Formats: sequence, C-alpha cells, structure tokens
Amino acid sequence: MSMTDPQHTNPVWTGRLTQWRTSMLTRCRDAGAWCVALIKGPSNTLPLVPSENIAGRALVTVIAIMTFLAALTAVSAQMIASAATDWQTSVATEMTIQVRPVPGRNIDQDVSRIVSLASSFKGIREVKPYSKQESEKLLEPWLGSGLSFDVLPIPRLIVLKIEDGSLVDSAGLRKAITDQWRHATLDDHRVWIARLAAMARSVVAVAVALVGLVMVATALAVAFATRGAMAGNRSIMEALHFVGATDAFIAREFERHFLILGLKGGALGGCLALVFFGAAHLFASTWLGSPGGEQMETLFGSFAIGYSGYLAVVMVAIVVAFLTALVSRITVTRTLGTLT
Amino acid sequence: MVRFENVGLRYGMGPEILKDLSFTIAPQSFQFLTGPSGAGKTTLLRLILLSLKPTRGLISLFGSDVSQIAPDALTAVRRRMGVVFQDFRLLDHLTTFENVALPLRVQGQEEARYRSEVIELLRWVGLGDKIDAIPPVLSGGEKQRAAIARALIAKPDLLLADEPTGNVDPSMAQRLLRLFVEMNRMGTAVVIATHDIALMNQFDDARRLVLGDGRLHVYD
Ligand SMILES: Nc1ncnc2c1ncn2[C@@H]1O[C@H](COP(=O)(O)OP(=O)(O)O)[C@@H](O)[C@H]1O
Ligand SMILES: [Mg+2]
Repeated sequence: MSMTDPQHTNPVWTGRLTQWRTSMLTRCRDAGAWCVALIKGPSNTLPLVPSENIAGRALVTVIAIMTFLAALTAVSAQMIASAATDWQTSVATEMTIQVRPVPGRNIDQDVSRIVSLASSFKGIREVKPYSKQESEKLLEPWLGSGLSFDVLPIPRLIVLKIEDGSLVDSAGLRKAITDQWRHATLDDHRVWIARLAAMARSVVAVAVALVGLVMVATALAVAFATRGAMAGNRSIMEALHFVGATDAFIAREFERHFLILGLKGGALGGCLALVFFGAAHLFASTWLGSPGGEQMETLFGSFAIGYSGYLAVVMVAIVVAFLTALVSRITVTRTLGTLT
Repeated sequence: MVRFENVGLRYGMGPEILKDLSFTIAPQSFQFLTGPSGAGKTTLLRLILLSLKPTRGLISLFGSDVSQIAPDALTAVRRRMGVVFQDFRLLDHLTTFENVALPLRVQGQEEARYRSEVIELLRWVGLGDKIDAIPPVLSGGEKQRAAIARALIAKPDLLLADEPTGNVDPSMAQRLLRLFVEMNRMGTAVVIATHDIALMNQFDDARRLVLGDGRLHVYD
C-alpha cells in the first residue's frame, strides 16, 4: 500500500477535493463569461476601434511568434525537468557496492558476507551480486572478448534495490561495510542525484527567465502598437470624447481591440507550438529502433508532451492574450491622462 | 448657461485671435455666430467645447468655472452639449445608424431602446435610405446631415453647429435650420456658426454674435 492511499479513500479528503473542483470550475466559467463579454462588448454590432489594418496584422504576427517561442521554452524545460525526475527516481532506487580484490582474501566469501549484511538492512528489497562471469561480461565491451580476466584484478559489483518510498540508512550501511571490509565501497549515487537535481533546477530557472523576457518583449511591442493605434485613431478618440465617451469607455474599446489581437496571436503561436511538438514526436517515433533514437528517448522521453505540455502551451497563449489586453489598457489610460 | 468674461486666446506664440470676449448664452436661446472666414468662429466654439483652454479670462459652463471642473466631471459636461463639426468627424468604419447612435451607446444604452428613435431622426434629415451606409460612400451633404443627427440624438442642453449648412443646397439648408429651430423650441440652446448671410436673413429676429478683428459684437 502506497503512502498516499489513505488520503484518496478518506471521505473528508474526497469531499474537499470535489468542493475545490467545483469552485475552480465556477471560477473558470466566470472568467470565460467575462472574456466573452469583453470581446462582444455591450450589445455592440461593431467595434469602435477599426479592427482590420496592417499594423494589427503585424502585431498578431509578433504576438504569435512570441507565444511560439515562450511555449517552446516552457515545454522544453518541462520535458527536461520531468526527464531529470525520471532519471533521479530510477537512480535513487539503486545503490551499488564495489568490492575490490585484494591479495590473500577470498573475494567470493567477502561478497556473500556483504550480501547477507546488506540484506539485513531495512528498506532493501533485493540484493544482487554480480558473479565473476557477469562482471567480466560488463567489461567486455571495453576490453574485448577472448581476453583472460584471471590476470586482471576485476572488482565485483553488488546491486542493492531499494523498496519504493523507503529511506535506507545509507550512512549506517556504508560504515558497517567499510568497518569490516576496507576494500569495499558503497555508492548511493547521491552526487549524481544532486547534480541532476541542480541541472533540472537551473534548466527550469533559465526557462522561466526566458519566458519572462519574451513576455516583456511582447508587452513592449504591444505598448508601442497601442501608441501607434492611438495616434492613428486620434480623430476617432476625439470624436468619442465629444460624443460623451469617458476615458474608461475609450480604454475599454482599445483593450477589447487588443485582446482580440492577442487571442488571435496567442492561438496562432500556440497552434504552431503544438504542430512543432507533434512533428517532433512523429520524428522521434520513426527514429525509434535506431541507436540515435534510443539515445534521444533516454534523454528526453519520447517527445510526447503529455497533458501538462498541452496545458503549458494553452496557458502561455492565454497569458500572452491577457497581457496584451492589460498593457494596451494601461497605455491608453496613461496616454489619455496626458491628453487632458 | 455659457458665460465668457474678458476671454483672450492665442495659438502658441501667435497673435491674439480672440480679444476680450465677454458675452453669455442663455438657456433655450437661439443665436447665430458669424463673421468672415478666419475670424475665429471655430476657435470660439472649441473654447465652449473645452477642447481649447483660454489664454486669459474666465469661462463658465452650466454654472461652473471650467478651470475648476475635475477631469472626471468633464464627460458629464460634454454630454450636455451636442456638436456638429465643420469636418463632421464621423467614424468611417461605422454605419450611419451606428454613428448617429454613438452618443447613446457611449452612455451605455441598449440598442433595442434607441433603435426606432435613431431611425426616425435619420428619416427626418433625409437619410432614411442610408442607414447602413458608411461615411466614405456618403456625399458631403449626407455626411453633414449625419453629423447633425448625431449632435441632436441625445437631446443636449446646448447645441453647437459649425457651418452646418456649408455642404447642402438652399432647400436642404432651410430644412436643417427648421430642425434646429424645432430643437430650440423643445428647450435646447442653439449656437450656429455661419457666414451664410442669406440663411441668417431667413431668421431675422435671431440673436447675432458677430466676430471681427478678434472682437465680438452682439446684436440682440
Ligand atoms: N490649431 C491652430 N493653430 C494655429 N492657428 C490656428 C489654429 N486653428 C485656427 N488657427 C487660426 O486662427 C484663426 C481663426 O481660425 P478659425 O477659428 O478656424 O476661423 P473661422 O472658423 O471663423 O473661419 C485663423 O487665422 C486660423 O489660421
Ligand atoms: Mg471655421
């Protein structure tokens, strides 16, 4: 029975989970309704800011490219981080003991004693010593076959498999082994795991920074585009003022205009990213079987981006669209403030 | 309703275009603002519209000093005024109907409530068959009538019209003028800037504000 089981079957937890899910659904629905209302406007047939022009199309292109880059970065980082987690968990389920041969000692006897010692430790599921032949086989790719290993002092490996979710007292085990056998060492892969974790963290940090930069660039592009649109539509804004529109009304019109552009660009860029990952996945599966493909798969998984990947792409697109609307609203409000 | 006291205006560092203007516009009054081209009629209307600040003097609108009106209160003041610009300022991507309905729409009214009203006014100004046309395909006179309809639709307290008959034939000019007079009877104060003497002569008894050499002469 795994550690998380009681929580899932606990009725209190199930109740809370359902409650949380319902409230999240309500929130999503409200956000959706707000979004639709903002796009449709108050019983309008046409937007007050003309939507079709060259500057608008250029901005949609810029936003699409930015979304694509941000989605690419986010999903790649996610893939690397989850691959790193996979390596970590598989590495963390094993430890190895290396026993070096020393003259005057019976290595087979040492190995079997160490095996029984290790088996007595809590959390160790399986202890598998590599026999002399097996150890030699491990070396074959490097040294070639047909060589007599008898003359070589070949160390022997013992692989310890750890029970799922257990913490093994590796320091105690190491001490117990080295106290009795100075020519044996325990490797719990801790250095490796630490390095992997550090790498995964730095990949994620760099990705977050890159996505942040892309967002800033998008915001700047939108701010300039908004200024341009305002300058180009100055007569419209003046007319709106004179027919009694408030600054807030005008800002809302511009915000709606740019939200639509943002949604178009975001959707376009997001689709591009999905197509890109789909193609990468396809290529990866055709390569499978070839040695290169296997290596890629070991490194990055199968290039299938999974639910979280799709979610990341959609999130990036949505964030970009709303960032666009927000930035244009702020720009319009500021510019109108300086006009009067 | 509108009160000017010793108002002067210059554009930038240029000469003073309006000098020492003092006059009032009473509620429900009707007047022509006249003077040769370049005399400053448009400039004077822009001062009333709050789109220009006087270089000196005092302007008060609806009882409050305009320099004291808070920015958020400006919209409320503008909504009490209807304007017909010399260059119309219609939104080119909206239909005639939408342009005329704009003052109601920016006030947040629902189209279902004002639709028939807008169409009735459009018929009155002779645009009944141009309801769904956009300004670029309208003639100068049609644009002018659309601009007038837009200024009237919200039934403002004060109507400012800058050369509203400049692009229409005499019979249409007369018809539009009757519309202004009708509005005035229903309680709107009307200021019509024009240099069309023939038009003014049809309303002999109307008050005249005459601009010349930057100064204003009032003939009641
Ligand atoms: N924005 C402006 N900047 C500088 N001078 C202007 C501006 N608008 C109008 N003028 C000048 O002010 C004078 C009055 O113009 P205007 O009020 O348009 O006259 P009218 O409407 O009576 O023909 C003209 O000499 C014109 O050149
Ligand atoms: Mg003029």
